[in-house]
Amino acid sequence: MSEPRLVEVRRNVLKQNDITARGLREQFRKAGVFVVSLVSGPGSGKTTFLEKTLTLLQPRYRVAALVGDLATENDAIRLARSKAPVRQITTGTLCHLEAAMVESALHDWDLHQLDFLFIENVGNLVCPSSYDLGENLRLVLMSVTEGEDKPQKYPTIFNSADVAVITKNELAAAVEFDWEKAHMSIESVRPGMRTFRLSAKTGEGMQQYLDFLSARLAEQRVPVGN
Amino acid sequence: MSIVDAAADEAQQRRVQVTAVHLRLGALSGVVKDALLFSYEVACQDTPLEGSKLIIEEVPVAVFCPHCKERRVLPSLQSFTCPECGTPSGEVLQGKELEVFALEVEE
Repeated sequence: MSEPRLVEVRRNVLKQNDITARGLREQFRKAGVFVVSLVSGPGSGKTTFLEKTLTLLQPRYRVAALVGDLATENDAIRLARSKAPVRQITTGTLCHLEAAMVESALHDWDLHQLDFLFIENVGNLVCPSSYDLGENLRLVLMSVTEGEDKPQKYPTIFNSADVAVITKNELAAAVEFDWEKAHMSIESVRPGMRTFRLSAKTGEGMQQYLDFLSARLAEQRVPVGN
Repeated sequence: MSIVDAAADEAQQRRVQVTAVHLRLGALSGVVKDALLFSYEVACQDTPLEGSKLIIEEVPVAVFCPHCKERRVLPSLQSFTCPECGTPSGEVLQGKELEVFALEVEE
């Protein structure tokens, strides 16, 4: 038997996901749809926040959502109250969405008919960080009830996201939420991260965030190179 | 497990028997070293990699410090600031790797 030898292969393990995600991103760009994904731990208020977002954007924009969950279609049913097209992706035992799941969920949708598409990931602050879904913007949500140091406990997910959204601000006083401390925690793992603080329940702070989304959509639609 | 699939695929293309897989694992990859080591043997069962070893090289996060204009390795994921001058540095240059880097093989 010959001596073992070392061969260099340098193969990215998530290459297939990255290729699919790149294809999706190109498809979204051509269709002129701005795609926002949402990640957070379970119970941070993603679904309420998304329901409110869809409802408030509807008068001006064509919106739709994909929602990932381990089991049940409850979230899709809740979101359907916004009257926007919503499709559930049930992952079974898988703790995150992958690009191929998004691709197959969208196969019969005409993306040209949309301005915004939202993708709600499975509630999990660990695994979703590794998977690119082709989105233009990734929001990480944390509620005021979760404690100010969440970003430092989960630096990877905060690092993979573009924008942080602090939800359930209507409860901030009751839980003595320390905004400065939370802000410092975010800054320490993602310097300069754009952060919104809002309440989907009362609507406080929602307008600024919606204006931000509108601006990003407009930016994406400016033809490049002209 | 994608790591086993990737390594098995590379091995098959080269027609070699793999005795060990060398993996580069970034601190920001979202994957935990111990969890990989724990599940590797089970993931290899009934595949061409059965009986092989997983050797993990951990890759720390490196950022670009806008003040020093230098690449700096971060001692901790809890503080994205330059360890030399303390300037907040968010531009990640390294640390997201999840890469099958090399295979130890027998012909």
